[in-house]
Amino acid sequence: MLAYLTRRLISLVLSLAVASAVIFLVVEVAPGDPASYMLGINAQPETLAALRQELGLDLPKWQRYLAWTTGMLTGDFGTSYTYRAPVAEIIGERLWISLPLALFALTLAVLLAFPAGLIAAATRGRAPDLGVMAFSQLGVAIPNFWFAMLLVLGFAISWRIFPSGGFPGWQDPLLALRALTLPAVALALPQAAILARVLRSSLIDALGEDYIRTARAKGLTRTQTLWRHGVRNALIPVLTIIGLQFSFLIAGGIIIEQVFYLPGLGRLIFQAISQRDLIVVESTVMLLVFAVILVNFLTDLAYALADPRLRRT
Amino acid sequence: MRASSWQKSPGGGRRPGAEPPLLDIDALTVEIQGTRILDSVSLTIAPGEILALTGESGSGKSMTALAAMGLLPQGAVASGRITLDGTDLLSLPERRLCDIRGRDIGMVFQEPMTALNPVQSIGAQVSETILQHAPRTPRAEARARAREALHRCGLDLPLSRYPHELSGGQRQRVVIAMAIALRPRLLIADEPTTALDVTTQAQILGLLQDLTRTEGMALMMITHDLAVVAGMAHRIAVMQKGRIVESAPTGQLIARRDHPYTRALFEASGHQPHLPPRPDSGALLQAQGVTCTYPLPRPHPFAAHPRFTAVDDVSFAIGRGERVGLVGESGCGKSTLTRALLGLTPIAAGGITLDGTPVFTHHRPNPQVRRKVQVVFQDPYGSFNPRHRVARLISEPFHLLPDPPRGAARAEAIAEALTAVGLSPDDAQKHIHAFSGGQRQRLAIARALIIRPELIVFDEAVSALDVRVRAQILDLIADLSASYGLAYLFISHDLSVVRGITDRVMVMQKGRIVEAGPTDRILSAPDHPYTRTLLDAAPRLPDLVP
Amino acid sequence: MSRSLILGGLLTALFLGAAALSFAWTPDDVTAMNIPGRLLPPGSDHLLGTDHFGRDILSMLMVGARTSIAVALVAVGIGLTLGVPLGLTAAAYRGGWLDELISRTSDLIFAFPSLVIAILITAVFGPGAINAILAIGIFNIPVFARLARGAALSLWTREFILAARVAGKSTLRISAEHILPNIANLLIVQSTIQFSLGILAEAGLSYVGLGAQPPVPSWGRMLADAQTLVSLAPHVAVIPGLAIVFMVLGLNLLGDGLRDALDPRLKVLRT
Repeated sequence: MLAYLTRRLISLVLSLAVASAVIFLVVEVAPGDPASYMLGINAQPETLAALRQELGLDLPKWQRYLAWTTGMLTGDFGTSYTYRAPVAEIIGERLWISLPLALFALTLAVLLAFPAGLIAAATRGRAPDLGVMAFSQLGVAIPNFWFAMLLVLGFAISWRIFPSGGFPGWQDPLLALRALTLPAVALALPQAAILARVLRSSLIDALGEDYIRTARAKGLTRTQTLWRHGVRNALIPVLTIIGLQFSFLIAGGIIIEQVFYLPGLGRLIFQAISQRDLIVVESTVMLLVFAVILVNFLTDLAYALADPRLRRT
Repeated sequence: MRASSWQKSPGGGRRPGAEPPLLDIDALTVEIQGTRILDSVSLTIAPGEILALTGESGSGKSMTALAAMGLLPQGAVASGRITLDGTDLLSLPERRLCDIRGRDIGMVFQEPMTALNPVQSIGAQVSETILQHAPRTPRAEARARAREALHRCGLDLPLSRYPHELSGGQRQRVVIAMAIALRPRLLIADEPTTALDVTTQAQILGLLQDLTRTEGMALMMITHDLAVVAGMAHRIAVMQKGRIVESAPTGQLIARRDHPYTRALFEASGHQPHLPPRPDSGALLQAQGVTCTYPLPRPHPFAAHPRFTAVDDVSFAIGRGERVGLVGESGCGKSTLTRALLGLTPIAAGGITLDGTPVFTHHRPNPQVRRKVQVVFQDPYGSFNPRHRVARLISEPFHLLPDPPRGAARAEAIAEALTAVGLSPDDAQKHIHAFSGGQRQRLAIARALIIRPELIVFDEAVSALDVRVRAQILDLIADLSASYGLAYLFISHDLSVVRGITDRVMVMQKGRIVEAGPTDRILSAPDHPYTRTLLDAAPRLPDLVP
Repeated sequence: MSRSLILGGLLTALFLGAAALSFAWTPDDVTAMNIPGRLLPPGSDHLLGTDHFGRDILSMLMVGARTSIAVALVAVGIGLTLGVPLGLTAAAYRGGWLDELISRTSDLIFAFPSLVIAILITAVFGPGAINAILAIGIFNIPVFARLARGAALSLWTREFILAARVAGKSTLRISAEHILPNIANLLIVQSTIQFSLGILAEAGLSYVGLGAQPPVPSWGRMLADAQTLVSLAPHVAVIPGLAIVFMVLGLNLLGDGLRDALDPRLKVLRT
């Protein structure tokens, strides 16, 4: 277990190092000089040079990379050119929308997918299974931002029970949750469809194993076998998918925030891109990548806890 | 427990069969999608009796067992009667069947590697049987009884162990402990030792026999191995194509073999091919101090890979036209050695030469040598690319020739190889799925023969075949060795198969060859204790009176 | 033939056919604006209505299908041509440093939030169809590399491969002659899945303005343009979305149907 943990930790650190280098390089080769963006076309060369120096843009690339990464390790994400504020602060505010949204959506997806997948596997080939499969087929095919628009049309415009966009802040948690409900549903539906399918096939695989027959030979009923031996074993591969889905929820969230005008990380990235606020782009993307890699790491740990075969090494 | 204890006189002591039957199967017919799998099968088992159900694969043995457990696959339609102590199981609702399974009838399966749930401890899995039938048992008591059940099966391990930490034999003991935890009156064992090594097999068979004796439990033993059956059953029922063709007390059935199928099975099981004398002419293959190692997973991320020595300083020679056997249990290194000979696995130390030419030059296999060695593998179904036709499949080794035959010459070579193995030249245009297991093994031999090698390696080449087909393939191998002057290395886990087909045999244990010599001598008067253990453990067919 | 194969095949053929037809003929000119005739509901003049510039939606959809299909198809092509050889190489030298490098790298790319990186790439290099293709295509590489490696690994231990090695065939030749044909079914099925994911991703990118640029029509941007008009003229938002749904549904059904027809045990990657 310790060796496994160390190995995973090392690969976590390596992933982060590679990811930060890639992100830095991609942003570096981007055309356009932030300093000239900020000062406009008519800027004097001297003021431009002064600003470049102030922003650290005159330093060699590797020094800037090191400054950026070591800064992030200490919580210093640099200063935004456009907002003239610490990036950590800006991201911190936005995180309070994006993170709850992703978690909300993940919870909904799991709550929806588990019963659906279970029922489908238990009634394999019969009507409930076919129904779940048809719904999941549809769910996978629906682009979440379009589904979001339909939700707005249905539940915010025709039937005014949810706001069509914007975010009131967390002063009133109930109001805030109401504002996040439609976005979370839009994000959760396609994910629930995938999760239900994976759970179903994973359960069906598990139910075909020899130890299921052994359990039946002990006198367990079909349902008992499904719960005690099927579900737990089937959950192991499903965990990985949940981990991967988190990354899709983060990415999907960026687009969904556009639909609902939510001032989260997604809108921050787009605003920063259009204003060439590179440090904000870099740091936000890095933070998202970090979140995803961290979640994958945690799923690997959960995986090891659920499967004794992994604990040995 | 002595390895051979299970072979002691079947039916010794009490002679069961006089009491009313415990299990009575009457005219059981099972159909799956219109195909008849079982055709009015009738049999009885008395309390404490060991009944062996035997026959070749697909004869319906396992289906009979599953029917008795009420665990037929979905879509199977059963008619007839299966009564356990007067209760008709076929008419019972599922709920009642669940009460009977595990409490009155226990079952043991073939594959101990997959029969246990990998994510539950063995203690949890054994106590599950107990808790299932007496849900109010306190947890501590259930665990104590689980420990006791494991103990009765000769396993004194902590209950917290997981299946992957156990050997195959230990896992099979856990499966048996689960089945007998509640002291059922009937135990059904479906090929319980087929996946195990001979020495482990002997121990498990001994355990099953002891359990029937000490607990008065009846045993329905399903196995394809007549030697196993002969050694322990009170009665034998022989199945063929879903029917029971003959059923009688063991001694009587072995002595009389009334049904022609029974007769054929016994003859094939004890079959000894006629091996022509070997033309004596010089050395062919020389292995000197061959050592092969595998990297193991690192203990921690910065350590070097520790290496496992699979083959340890092995030296031997095979003469031209000589037929050599290589015997050992799983994990002894015989497959690795085979691969090294074929140039598939690099060797860490030592050298292998064929006709004086090394198999490896600069760590690369040498084509001149490869041309002279070919191989036949175990699995008749996995040995061929399913997408190609026979002609292309068996002519693949032509690739080794600098100037392979083309056109008519190629077709002729293919036809000749097919004829040599008893197939028709017309088969060249067929796809592989048109052939049975035995025929595929013939094709594999044709593929090995086609470039006229000097040495063929038979890697467990008959292990996956039913006895009658196995006898035919062994005959074919013996014939070919005469007509082609072939030398071969015959690898097997089964000493009895090696008996009639080799001049010399080598016994391998833990990466080393512990004993080698003429087959007759090794099999009758072995020197090494390990060889003796293997021989003692191997189930033996009684001598047949014609 | 299964129902999903027929239905999926028909849907896919319908969209491919419409896209092909659009090169020769569309009901209306997609560049012609007609402000008085804007936001018309579906009717006899315009089968699927008109958008906020009065353009015929059916014609826009047909031309937009070209963009979606081209982007997704090329992205699958990138994944196949780079990912499959990489996966086969990794499997052929299993356990070696090359395998380690390929597997770790694809694991790493796999762990990235793909759409975030796609957004980053298109944002930095400028929006456009080519960059969208690259952004989507890059993430297809590890999918196919993983898939090919996994399937090839299990084949390499099979006895017919050992037999080919005993017959002296080179690693390259075995990979091409024995491994590739035996994983082709799997690759075909996975390709249809990646194709459908590509359609969705392209729609997402052009929705946020990072895909194909005006005046080239694209489904995602049609939806973006419709967003503010949703309450005014719902059909402008509903119809392009349905086009995406049916195209993706068709491809997924086709993939499932192909899998069932070729080999129901195929293990595709679904994320």
